[in-house]
Amino acid sequence: MIDATGIPQTVLLLGGSSEIGNAIVREYLAERPLRVILAGPAGDETLPPAAAALRDAGATEVHVLKFDATAFDTHPQVIDAAWEIADVDVAIVAFGLLGDAERLWQDQAAAVLEAQVNYTGAVSVGVLLGQKMKAQGYGQIIAMSSVAGELVRRSNFVYGSTKAGLDGFYRLLGEALAPFGPKVLVVRPGQVRTRMSAHVKEAPLTIGKAEAAAQIVAAARDGKRLIWAPPPFRLVMLALKHIPGPVFRKLPI
Amino acid sequence: MASGDLLTITESLTGWGRTAPSVAQVLPVPDAQVAAEAVAAVAGHNADAPAHLRRGLIARGLGRSYGDVAQNAGGLVLDMTALRRIHAIDPDAATADVDAGVSLDALMRAALPYGLWLPVLPGTRQVSVGGAIACDVHGKNHHSAGSFGDHVAALSLLVADGRVLELRPEGAAEDPDGTLFWATVGGAGLTGVILRATLRLTHTETAYFVADGVVTKSLDETIAAHTDGSESQYPYSSAWFDVISPPPKLGRAAISRGALAKFEQLPPKLKQDPLGFHAKPLFELPDVFPNGLANKATFTALGSLWYAKSGNYKGKVQSLTGFYHPLDMFSQWNRAYGPRGFLQYQFVVPPAAVAEFKGIIAQLQASGHYSFLNVFKLFGPGNRAPLSYPMAGWNVCVDFPIKAGLDALLARIDAQVLEFGGRLYTAKDSRADAATFHAMYPRIGDWLAVRRRIDPDGVFTSDMARRLELV
Repeated sequence: MIDATGIPQTVLLLGGSSEIGNAIVREYLAERPLRVILAGPAGDETLPPAAAALRDAGATEVHVLKFDATAFDTHPQVIDAAWEIADVDVAIVAFGLLGDAERLWQDQAAAVLEAQVNYTGAVSVGVLLGQKMKAQGYGQIIAMSSVAGELVRRSNFVYGSTKAGLDGFYRLLGEALAPFGPKVLVVRPGQVRTRMSAHVKEAPLTIGKAEAAAQIVAAARDGKRLIWAPPPFRLVMLALKHIPGPVFRKLPI
Repeated sequence: MASGDLLTITESLTGWGRTAPSVAQVLPVPDAQVAAEAVAAVAGHNADAPAHLRRGLIARGLGRSYGDVAQNAGGLVLDMTALRRIHAIDPDAATADVDAGVSLDALMRAALPYGLWLPVLPGTRQVSVGGAIACDVHGKNHHSAGSFGDHVAALSLLVADGRVLELRPEGAAEDPDGTLFWATVGGAGLTGVILRATLRLTHTETAYFVADGVVTKSLDETIAAHTDGSESQYPYSSAWFDVISPPPKLGRAAISRGALAKFEQLPPKLKQDPLGFHAKPLFELPDVFPNGLANKATFTALGSLWYAKSGNYKGKVQSLTGFYHPLDMFSQWNRAYGPRGFLQYQFVVPPAAVAEFKGIIAQLQASGHYSFLNVFKLFGPGNRAPLSYPMAGWNVCVDFPIKAGLDALLARIDAQVLEFGGRLYTAKDSRADAATFHAMYPRIGDWLAVRRRIDPDGVFTSDMARRLELV
């Protein structure tokens, strides 16, 4: 259950090696020991150390489930397996690919994979999580979108378009689930310092994972539906959206 | 009626604190037959049954518990408030035979004309008899009268296998040693559905109290006033106390103590209708309060006002509302805390743990979380029920608006309450963790054994049962 102060007992992290995802779990763990379920690809070498780190951080149990984002047929079994461990209070949808933006728009196979992982995979688990949480009468989904999805830009539009789809799906999944109890928080991070963004030049307003995680958990506990991490990115995006096309196209973003 | 035909309403439920909502299928229960059908439908464990019949059920009364004790996310919740017939009141035997959904307010109003009084009244009368038993509620007279379960002569319990058992505190045919009766008292609805109960009432000549008020200047004075022997002169005693002002004012209290008035103690005007009771809420609070209005500034001002108006007095004749239920002047007062809600933190520590108790109060004051509605009472000894909250000791209840850091503060206090031999209360708790709660109730093993025997498949469950692992 989720208690009166918004603290869960069981957290499922889809994308078990996601750094922001793990930071969110650690943020919850800082409040109270919990049961953690990590779901990630078979053979992912980052999962065992992530599990060990969460145990060190106070997790009472850490379960690891095999989860392949593009093996859509297997997703029902993965979600069932998670719920067999316990009612899932918080599910974090944090798997995704970034990829080389210039290659992606010119390489059909790479673009299809990117779209399948980031969008189709996210929709697939979103439907399943929604059904489980609808039946259990409560629950919190935290879906990792991106500011790249809010305003798709030339510099990374394949990635951006997948996040645009995810963002819309999860925001409206939240509306659809609201009468049944579950809540959905869509997170639009700006730039967070992780492996995924290590090769990208650091932009203004870049924040650390722990800081982003603290903002995300606070928003979830507060019942918010949409946040930017860090919050000022909301205004940055608002401004960008109002720049006239001819000017916007000349901006190096 | 087939099980799939139970006509339910999809509803989001919370406790009185308005936190941690969960959606359940709510079934109005106008008679015992409907309750039996619901239990049969859930106990059937039919894989083809609708999903909500596979997540257990819990009975719910008037929803005055603060936390999640009467919620069952995704499952079935029996709304017992329609089962509210007062079957009989026996003025000679001083007993009342009532359905579980009868409110203590309704029962009190029905019993007063016979010169009968409810032996235990909690801080609100808007609780059901079933809820009062399931939480084993207590009142301002705990030190003289014990808790609600001590005044139950018999109860009917619908259990998981569909039987309705007649239980008595001293034991009955199907419960020879009374174990199931006492597991049901304070049992949070997890042994079965309480359908009906016979309560022992007390005689009274009036519906009024004769009260003495004492105002203290510090926590030490407040504790002294409770240990100088004066408590035993009053059947009723409790105090509002200050947890916002720093020492030396910290813990200053307005102590209100008294007894039911005898007829001759009433002024002439009240003698015309000594058993009359006419309280109505002055007004209902609208649901418009923002988060954060309940803050240090407003609380400090209200607290000073309360402290100033209380004063010292002797032999004052007061109505039940004045003496006992001042908050009843406002219905839906929980809305004042805004949509984020609040939680009530109630704990008791043994009488000898005075220094430890003072330490906890000091931490609450210094925490940056502010509570205005603070109740202080020295409990008498507890009863036989393994999950009954009251035990001899310093009992304190504080209300905190939900804000960041509250959980960490209370987790620290939980650990101390446990270390000092104290405990938390199921009617109030909304955030304790299972391990801590279990450790606070030394006889929880006895209770779990009864629960597993009477409900081996977990037909009865609740959000609290899942959170506190009461299964």
